[in-house]
Amino acid sequence: MKSKYDVLVIGGGPAGALAAKTAVEKGLSACIVEKRPAIGAPVRCAEGIGKEALQEFIEPDTRWISAEMTGATIVAPDGFVMQLSSQMAGSKVGYVLDRKFFDRELVWKAAEAGADVAVKSRAAAPIIENGVVRGAKVDFCGKVTNVRAEVVIAADGVESKFSKWCGIDTTVPVREIMSSVQYVMTGIEIDQHSTVFYLGNEVAPEGYLWVFPKGKNTANVGIGISGKKSGAGHRAKDYLDAFVKKTFPHGRTIEYIPGGVSVCRPLECTVADGLIITGDAARVVDPLTGGGIYNAMYTGKLAAETAADCIGRGDVSKKALMAYDKTWRASKMGKAIERNYHIKEYLIKQPDTKLNEIIHSVSKINMTEFTTLNLVKEIIRVNPKLVLELGALAASLR
Amino acid sequence: MLKVHRDICGYCGCCVSVCPEGALELIDAYLSVEENCTSCGVCAKVCPLGALEVVHEKQV
Ligand SMILES: Cc1cc2nc3c(=O)[nH]c(=O)nc-3n(C[C@H](O)[C@H](O)[C@H](O)COP(=O)(O)OP(=O)(O)OC[C@H]3O[C@@H](n4cnc5c(N)ncnc54)[C@H](O)[C@@H]3O)c2cc1C
Ligand code: SF4
Ligand code: SF4
Repeated sequence: MKSKYDVLVIGGGPAGALAAKTAVEKGLSACIVEKRPAIGAPVRCAEGIGKEALQEFIEPDTRWISAEMTGATIVAPDGFVMQLSSQMAGSKVGYVLDRKFFDRELVWKAAEAGADVAVKSRAAAPIIENGVVRGAKVDFCGKVTNVRAEVVIAADGVESKFSKWCGIDTTVPVREIMSSVQYVMTGIEIDQHSTVFYLGNEVAPEGYLWVFPKGKNTANVGIGISGKKSGAGHRAKDYLDAFVKKTFPHGRTIEYIPGGVSVCRPLECTVADGLIITGDAARVVDPLTGGGIYNAMYTGKLAAETAADCIGRGDVSKKALMAYDKTWRASKMGKAIERNYHIKEYLIKQPDTKLNEIIHSVSKINMTEFTTLNLVKEIIRVNPKLVLELGALAASLR
Repeated sequence: MLKVHRDICGYCGCCVSVCPEGALELIDAYLSVEENCTSCGVCAKVCPLGALEVVHEKQV
């Protein structure tokens, strides 16, 4: 690790890896500092991603793909099962990754391209001069080094502190954190090519429970519930344990994973003088699905492209870096976040009876391609009255 | 006072994201609590494992 780079990246997850790789490909010097001793471990993810989404950034490789999905299943609160066949799921089918290897591969690619990487190295404070972020104090085994940079890219995940230290409010509202637990289970009866989602206030209040196959008889079995619904005796772990006892009584848990996923709106502004915020740290997770791998890679790459532009022009002010903020908000990802935020806000308010009604009616539709957008359009078509209830959502679809 | 049950904590960072004071930090596998913690209990509510507890002075 040197004492000065064009770009300093805080965090070695998908956002940080793509940021560093893109920066060096643009001819900049870059370094990733990662506080954990190993990239990708422990895993904090159900590891699902769409095929097309993944391919935008990297060629699929069996070394870090656990399983290929050809369909999805939704289980309504009343137990009604809606199957989305492979034709319906269309291009939206995906993979369940092995993120220990996936995250490592992404960082390898960044290093191969020429980025420096420092593990067990924590950004402990920002270096701020005249209100401009100029780098970070990096702590490696108790030794603190000043690392200066033209632009700092914060990619420090859900537990992000860096932007907060720079004066930006990143607090996630209690009702909008998905308090989550996942077990990697083996020895269980599953359809190894279909993801399963369980909905309902008894199963997963204001969230959902998932079974994402990782191969024959093995799956990520997890749950996320709203922080608002969490408390002593009724935490995510309590709900998951009840489900597992009932559904997979003979399964063995080979990994135990707690976690948090933000399903709030993204940060009001994702740049400051000398600073760009990406991925989970920017709160750009899809509020409906809780998916954030793609969004992290997308914003990480865009952040580095913007940094390269701005450094080239000698202006790394907030005003110049705003190009990043504007671009992602106007992108397909930004629009999907906004739309899915409304869908989520609508769905979490529905009692189980209403959720049953919606799932029953949607199951009768002959959808050519299953996407959340088509889903909502169909829901509205079947329940025209819903347009009134959905208000802002309906408006965002026009 | 906020007590971290380190035997239960799975160092996931869920609590860190909701703390309004920025009083928590996850240092790899160690959750640190800084002095500006107001014992509001928000973090204890959302912890998926129940590893956090607000302990009132009398009980200490
Ligand atoms: C239970 C669960 C299930 C999920 N399931 C899915 C899913 O199926 N599909 C999907 O797309 N998404 C899923 N997500 C979300 C997904 O995991 C995240 O959106 C994604 O990892 C975000 O990438 P990132 O690079 O922004 O952050 P992260 O992957 O969290 O990486 C941030 C990195 O920064 C490091 N760091 C933090 N602070 C510092 C510091 N001060 N100094 C140095 N390093 C630091 C951390 O150690 C970490 O390695 C899930 C999340 C959870 C918790
Ligand atoms: S939310 Fe709970 S398990 Fe996760 S880091 Fe905080 S105290 Fe530990
Ligand atoms: S009790 Fe409140 S102030 Fe203290 S660490 Fe938890 S959330 Fe932060």
